[in-house]
This record gives sequence, C-alpha cells and structure tokens, in this order.
Amino acid sequence: MSFSVVTESWPVLLQGLGVTLLLSVLTIMGGTIVGLLVGLARANGPAPLRALARIYIEIFRGTPLLIQLLFVYFGAYSLGFEWSSTLAAAATSLILYEGAYIAEIFRAGIEAVPVAQREAAQVLGLRKSTIFTRVVLPQAMQIARAPLVGQYIGLVKDTSLAIVVGLAELMRQGQAIVDRTAQPLPVYLAVAALYFCICYPMSRFVRHMERKAPVRA
Amino acid sequence: MIEMREITKSFGDNKVLRGVNLAVQSGEVVVLIGPSGSGKSTMLRLLAQLEHPDSGHIAINGKALADPKQAAQLRGHVGMVFQQFNLFPHLTARRNITLALRKVLGMDAGAADARAHEALDRVGLTEKADAYPIQLSGGQQQRVAIARALAMEPTVMLFDEVTSALDPELVGEVVAVMRDLAQSGMTMLVVTHEMRFAREAADRVVFFDAGVIVEEGPPQEIFAAPRHERTRQFLQSVLAV
Repeated sequence: MSFSVVTESWPVLLQGLGVTLLLSVLTIMGGTIVGLLVGLARANGPAPLRALARIYIEIFRGTPLLIQLLFVYFGAYSLGFEWSSTLAAAATSLILYEGAYIAEIFRAGIEAVPVAQREAAQVLGLRKSTIFTRVVLPQAMQIARAPLVGQYIGLVKDTSLAIVVGLAELMRQGQAIVDRTAQPLPVYLAVAALYFCICYPMSRFVRHMERKAPVRA
Repeated sequence: MIEMREITKSFGDNKVLRGVNLAVQSGEVVVLIGPSGSGKSTMLRLLAQLEHPDSGHIAINGKALADPKQAAQLRGHVGMVFQQFNLFPHLTARRNITLALRKVLGMDAGAADARAHEALDRVGLTEKADAYPIQLSGGQQQRVAIARALAMEPTVMLFDEVTSALDPELVGEVVAVMRDLAQSGMTMLVVTHEMRFAREAADRVVFFDAGVIVEEGPPQEIFAAPRHERTRQFLQSVLAV
C-alpha cells in the first residue's frame, strides 16, 4: 500500500477539512443557541411552549439525521424554496438535529440544580428572573459543560453525512479521490485521521474539565 | 411581632400542622423542639413563605402573608438558615452575601462589599471572604450562610436544624454565633436538637408533637418540670444521649 495518493491529493483533502470545520463551527454555534432556547422552554416555559419544545425534540431525535438532511435539502425544492448553497442547507439541517440533543443537555443541567438553591435565593428576596440567571443558570452550565463538549464531538462526525446533499466536505473529497484513484484504504485512513485530529483534542478537553474540582462537595 | 393563628397544613394525606397558635415578641428567642415530622420545620417554612398554609392567619410586623402586597414588603426581610447551608457553590463567600444586597436592596458594589465585610466579621470569617463554599468546612459554610442572612438586616431570623448536618466538632462554632446573635437582641425562631442551646439561650421553649403545640414555657420550666407526659418522654430520649 502506498500513501503517495494521499500526499498527491493533500490540498483537496485540506479543502474538505476546511469545509468540515466551517460546518462544525456553524452547527456548534447554531445548535447551542437553539438548544439553549429550547432547553429553557422545556425546563421553565409555560405549558404550551413546553409541549412544543417536547414535540420538536422527539421528532428530531427520533428520526435519522440522514433522512432529515434529505428532507431539508430536497424537500425544500419540492416546496419551491431554493437553498443559496449546500452549506446553508447542511448547516440548517444539522443545527435542527443537534439542537434537539443539546436542548436535553441544558434541560437536564437546569433540573439538576437542587430545589434548595432556589429556596435559599427566594428567601433572600431575589426575583424569579434573577434567581434563574444568577443562581440556577450558572450552575446548570457547569453541569452541562462536559456532556455538551461530548455532544460537539459527535456533531463533528455527524457532519460527514452532509455528503448526501453534495457538500464538498472532508468525507466527499475523500470519496472523490477514491473514485478517481481506486485506492480506498490509504485515502479513507487519511480521512479518518483528519476527523480524529479534530475530535481527540476535544475529548482531552472534556477529561481536563472533569478533573477540575467539582463545584459541589 | 410574629403572629400565627389556627394554622393548618397538609402534604397530601399527611396533616403536618393541626391548628397551631404561636406569637413571638420582638427580640424574643423561641426554640421549637419535638420529634421529627412533628411540624416544627414547616412552621419556619411558612414564615419564610416557602410554603403556604391551608388555613389560618400569619402576620410578621403586622403584615399579613396572605395579602400579596403586604407579603411583598417583607421580601428579603425574613432571614433563614438551612440544615444543608444552601450557599451558592459558584460564588465566593463575599458574593454569596452581596448578590441579594445588590439585587434586592439595590446597594452599589462598594456599599455591598462593606456590608458583606461587616456580616462576615460578625461570624468571624472575614479572612474567608474570597473562598468558595467547597473550600470551607461545614461549620464555616454555615457561618457564611448566617452572615448572608444577617447582611439583609432581617426583622427575624429562622434557623432550621442548622447544626444537624455538621460533624460534632463543628457544632460549637455555629452555636456560639447563634448565642451571640440571641444576646444582641435578634428575634429568632430556632428548630434544633441542641438542647444546651435551648436551655441557655432560649427565652421560651415550644414542644411540638403530631402537628400541635403540646406545651411551652421558659426553658427552666420545660426542662426541669415538664407538665405533659409526651414532653417528659421526648426530653428523656434526647437528653439520655
């Protein structure tokens, strides 16, 4: 097995890596915002909002990402809507999917803050909104941090499914090289190694955070 | 100063309070004793507005808790200290205290810091102002929790079994702070199993059992000559230890 095919097509792979990174960053930012809003609605919102949040979460967690990507991309065409780019379509679909998971992480974090914390704050005379932003949310964030980064790691790998809408990300560039050179082993190894190079530092970061002193005794 | 009349409170089928009357004068230190589940803690939680009575009348400083407007005027003026401390773990001792000073009393940062320093001084912990709760012993955490409540200059302080979660050797420092507070003229309602504190610092001891007040009186009377059999039995069981 020769790796010359990898060195020869290195610029193309790097291009793909760039698109994968861009899609990951967009999804992390968008997914976190959606997840935070939906998670808040789910944990603290009025009943109708809670129900809506619940339906959203169940639908997007309960169906394969692959199908969601196809729905968002091709479904939009049949409804007469045209995506400005495949990146926009892939990012939108991934944000909706990851947002559902991230919402549950935030909800769990909020609900893990002991009721006694709210009671102590209430007796001090703090308003509900202040109790939430100054007492509950900072603790919920701390609880959610490690699972959140874990979700981000999965998300980076999920971006490889954007290949089905024709986005020129890492996976697709790798496949294109294989189609051209008929040397799957070295090329896919290189592709896998590049994903690993993004994900491994993130997983080290999670372990570092978990080692840091916990908030609670 | 505090008036509770004909208070009843149930949690599901469990009747925790069955028509309790209690009045507390300004500056009085009242210790509530009795078996667990007898309704003592619920009395404190009602005064702190963490629970609401099923029936009966509660007023603090003449303000009825059932009236939302009058109850709102008491916001932050009833201090409560909990068994599990309930300090905010993400804030330092100082910021545990200044949060409500700034957000409820509207003090600026400088004034709030000065008030926090005074409060920490009263519990002997000024040097721990920048420590996080996890860096403090249980006794120190509880003293910070007392300082946090005191800094609001409450009209009454409620203590809910504040030494029960502490290692035995840490109980003394917390009881000492409470004794100082009692001598300074603070109005206090204390639920505790520390019979020494009850004997030495209480103006009045109130014995609860099964959701009613069985008997009450000055500590020397209650401890030396309880009138009711149930009081006698309870005291025997806790003092035998």
